[in-house]
Amino acid sequence: MVGLKRILVACGTAIATSTVVARAIEEALKERGIDITTRQCKASEVKSLAGDADLIVTTTPVPENLGVPVIHTLAFLTGIGKEDAIEQIVEALSK
Amino acid sequence: MSQAILELLEPQGVLLSTIVADSTEIIRLLGNELYKTGYVKESFVEAAIDRESRLPTGLPLGGAFNAAIPHTDIEHVIKPGLALATLKNSVPFRNMAIPSETVEVSLVFLLALEQPKAQIEMLQAIAGVLQAPDVVSALMKSQTFEDVVCALNTGEKDK
Repeated sequence: MVGLKRILVACGTAIATSTVVARAIEEALKERGIDITTRQCKASEVKSLAGDADLIVTTTPVPENLGVPVIHTLAFLTGIGKEDAIEQIVEALSK
Repeated sequence: MSQAILELLEPQGVLLSTIVADSTEIIRLLGNELYKTGYVKESFVEAAIDRESRLPTGLPLGGAFNAAIPHTDIEHVIKPGLALATLKNSVPFRNMAIPSETVEVSLVFLLALEQPKAQIEMLQAIAGVLQAPDVVSALMKSQTFEDVVCALNTGEKDK
């Protein structure tokens, strides 16, 4: 039994934006039968927390070369390109 | 869904067809209303302006109007609340995802959030509004607070 995939969700202050994004990702993946856990953080914390994640989804710029795939998207806030973003997440987690 | 917005929306903090010179001015106008009505501390406005300069919140919506959702750290907030402005002429905000780019913004939600990860229903409701071009359009046409309530309730019916 493999553990749940862990998605680190980053935004500027980890107050507002990442909360919305994390919930939206959880719901979208649940609809596809994929259970995940999410953790929210500030963009400035991504580097130190990246090692504990299988994937990073961020709305704001984060450092490069984190050793974990990064998806940079506003789709879960604005709805634009949401299906694409979900596909990218599913694909990244399946690797 | 929009009920969560209406619960926290301060009527005095709804500024319609507002004319401002830049993003700082609209954050200041909305923030002052939240300060006068007791939602935030005096430090909130400058903190929100400073935060916007470092971590911008402009969101391209792909339609006729774009939005921004300025907010700042919880230490400047007394109780959760929300202010909203529609701008007669759009002003540039920097793009949340790509801060080197600007977004011409006509709809501004200023968020006063008192704890991390709280007020989730309001935040989800705002995202819901941003994803509904008809609701954004109805908000932009609103002349009165009642129009705003009506616009948000229109979104509700469609859900």
